Amino acid sequence: MVPLSWYLVLAAILFIIGASAFLIRRNIITIFMAIELMLNAVNLTFVAFASRWHHVSGQVFVFFVMVVAAAEAAVGLAIIIAVFRSRETLNVDYVNLLKL
Amino acid sequence: MRGTPENTEGPMLHQVLFFIFGAICIAGALNLLLQKHPINSALSLIVVMGSLALLYLLLGAEFVAAVQVIVYAGAIMVLFVFVIMLLNAGEEDLTRGSRIAILLGVPAVAAITGLVVYTLIARSGDLGRLSIGDYYVKTQELGISLFREFLLPFEITSVLILIAIMGAVVLARREH
Repeated sequence: MVPLSWYLVLAAILFIIGASAFLIRRNIITIFMAIELMLNAVNLTFVAFASRWHHVSGQVFVFFVMVVAAAEAAVGLAIIIAVFRSRETLNVDYVNLLKL
Repeated sequence: MRGTPENTEGPMLHQVLFFIFGAICIAGALNLLLQKHPINSALSLIVVMGSLALLYLLLGAEFVAAVQVIVYAGAIMVLFVFVIMLLNAGEEDLTRGSRIAILLGVPAVAAITGLVVYTLIARSGDLGRLSIGDYYVKTQELGISLFREFLLPFEITSVLILIAIMGAVVLARREH
């Protein structure tokens, strides 16, 4: 028997670590991975609540989050490749002009 | 064990498994935060996703666990590793953060973490408990719910995927 709050605490800690990584890291690919980590933390919350309230909707929502994450990863990585082609850098501090 | 209302698990089984995989999750996430090279961050994110899949199994969501391994740890992370290798991303050069950012940021993160953890633990009694085998979702139930109750969102996400495919192709295409 594990209290539901332990799962919520774990998800909250993962989300906070993801948000910190999003703010601290300077590599644009790592920033994208931090976003994936935050989405995973939210998924854990969904599954834990689905298990607590005996309702399947929480698990269905996890699928939608995964679909959005996959679409976001595909488009985001394409944008990263386009940015790298035009600027030759992955550091977000040097990507500060709207137009070259 | 599945479906039985009696609590047949060992006295500490769920706690022990939760602590092991929760600790692996947090260690992997911290490693993602602290590593300098993006490929190390990607590999530690795969560790986090794998142990999250095991936590989903503890929560009785076996299909979600399988999809987590196949789609997240498989497809999405392969895409990330592929792009890291394609662009030959090296160690990131850290720009020096201002001192005030460190002075304010670290206590702010600690305060937020402490507040969230304290709030959740304090309300622990109201939130209830979970035990292994208490709730077990068959894949059939999940499919019925997905294609009846959530049919419209399902169709909308398929359009979203189509747009994402086209967007990725257009954005990554080499311009002439």
